[in-house]
Amino acid sequence: MAYKIKSAECTVCGACEAECPNIAISLKKGTYVIDPAKCTECQGQFDSPQCAAVCPADCCVPA
Amino acid sequence: MGNVVSLDSIFGLGELAPPATMPAAIDTASGCSSSSCGSSDGPADMDPAVWEKVKNHPCYSEEAHHYFARMHVAVAPACNIQCNYCNRKYDCSNESRPGVVSEKLTPDQAIKKILAVAQEIPQLSVIGIAGPGDSLAASGKNTFATFEMLQKKAPDLKLCLSTNGLALPDHVDTISQYNIDHVTITINMVDPEIGARIYPWIFYKHRRWTGLDAAKILHEQQMLGLEMLTSRGILVKVNSVMIPGVNDEHLLEVNKAVKSRGAFLHNIMPLISDPAHGTYFGLNGQRGPSAQELKVVQDACEGGAKLMRHCRQCRADAVGLLGEDRGDEFTADKIETMGVVDYDDEARRTYREHVEAERAGRNASKAAAQADVQETVGVGADPILIAVATKGGERINEHFGHAREFQIYEVGPGGAKFVGHRRVDQYCEGGSGDVDTLDGVLAAINDCTAVFVAKIGGCPSKSLADAGIEPVDRFAFDYIEESALAYFKDYAERLGQGVVQSRAGQDAVIRTGALTARRA
Repeated sequence: MAYKIKSAECTVCGACEAECPNIAISLKKGTYVIDPAKCTECQGQFDSPQCAAVCPADCCVPA
Repeated sequence: MGNVVSLDSIFGLGELAPPATMPAAIDTASGCSSSSCGSSDGPADMDPAVWEKVKNHPCYSEEAHHYFARMHVAVAPACNIQCNYCNRKYDCSNESRPGVVSEKLTPDQAIKKILAVAQEIPQLSVIGIAGPGDSLAASGKNTFATFEMLQKKAPDLKLCLSTNGLALPDHVDTISQYNIDHVTITINMVDPEIGARIYPWIFYKHRRWTGLDAAKILHEQQMLGLEMLTSRGILVKVNSVMIPGVNDEHLLEVNKAVKSRGAFLHNIMPLISDPAHGTYFGLNGQRGPSAQELKVVQDACEGGAKLMRHCRQCRADAVGLLGEDRGDEFTADKIETMGVVDYDDEARRTYREHVEAERAGRNASKAAAQADVQETVGVGADPILIAVATKGGERINEHFGHAREFQIYEVGPGGAKFVGHRRVDQYCEGGSGDVDTLDGVLAAINDCTAVFVAKIGGCPSKSLADAGIEPVDRFAFDYIEESALAYFKDYAERLGQGVVQSRAGQDAVIRTGALTARRA
């Protein structure tokens, strides 16, 4: 149970990194990635996964 | 380097060309009639404390924009709303519009770049953060980290930021703590019904809102943020994008609403829309306004919140005077090779002193030229538009063929005032003119009676005359406003004799993009 970032569509704006409550998102080799071990899909924390809600390119999706 | 204002050209000419009409002594306060000064946002019609804040800020003072340069650092790529006129995926160095940037910078890289630019461009007075996302999204972390360092390293540079306002109320205390005394809020509506047609969604309090809810929240946050800033004495400029058929007439309501909440300036900008940009509006064929449509809305708002007409809709990484972009001289690679730059503000101080001296004599000479027009022409004559080729310093100092934009002045018995600018492709490239480009220039200034240039060739001169626009080079290197008034006096006389025809009712095309294009 985790989200992933479709790197081909990512604009590398970093909005997701700032919103992630689990510090699961980081910049690796010029693109943002989600650590599946840390991702909770924000369950129990927020109504919806924060990365997907803030992403301007709609590229944060279920893995 | 084609569009750079050389310091020599400004320093040298300061002594060289005092206006011939300048009287020996005029009391600048009483001799200055309201309309000539009121439009030039000079010290006469402004609280001295406010004038002190804006006099060297090119984006807040129309007068300052002829003299001072700004620099945007692109440290804030994240955004918290989606606008129908924005697609931040698209990035091309040949276009010029907000939200677009070629290089994103970390705060450390930004400081290095700022110090390098400050050494090269003494006209630099302002550092702004305008995105390319929203400067206050993602808690404004990069924005405030940059300003904190900058305040220590280069305290003489003014700080400003622009925002969509959604997160503004949360950050007003921090803004005032860092002495950021200029904030721009983009406000396109005060009616959520209209907002819903501009903003598909916002991200607020940990969720995505759409439709009317989104527009309502954004509107409330914008108004609250605006009030909080103005109550703390922070100058606020409001930007509005004019979208024909969506918010064009509504901008009068926006103007009233922001004025009543203390906004200092209102900047109504034309929508930039092109299918190639991949924006919702671009793909749906939403058009931008024509030059006269824009001017009609701006004129209708005159008398409300003070209007700004010199905005160039710069990129989020623009460097230089408004109307030029020297960003590609300061890419990350080039800055890396410059090594560590020592901070030294002497050149900037000297330049600022020069501008102070240059400005001192102007109010009197403008007032004298206007009085002359009122006396000889009368106060009832219709004003005309004049296009001016200039490199800055409020002088007619650019060759027609080298101009990448023309500044538009409205001149009549009420004085000469800057009312806008028109981008064009450079007509003369490598010594010869291009006919297609000339057609573009003619379309861009088609509502003007004359075009003032430092120099012009015989061929374009004839084409302009054939199109009914008089090419004028007799005021080369003189001040724009005084020259415009002298021209108007002569024009009115010829109009009376039936030698020239009025161009009232003509419109012109607003050209978008490509301001920063360089020759291959």
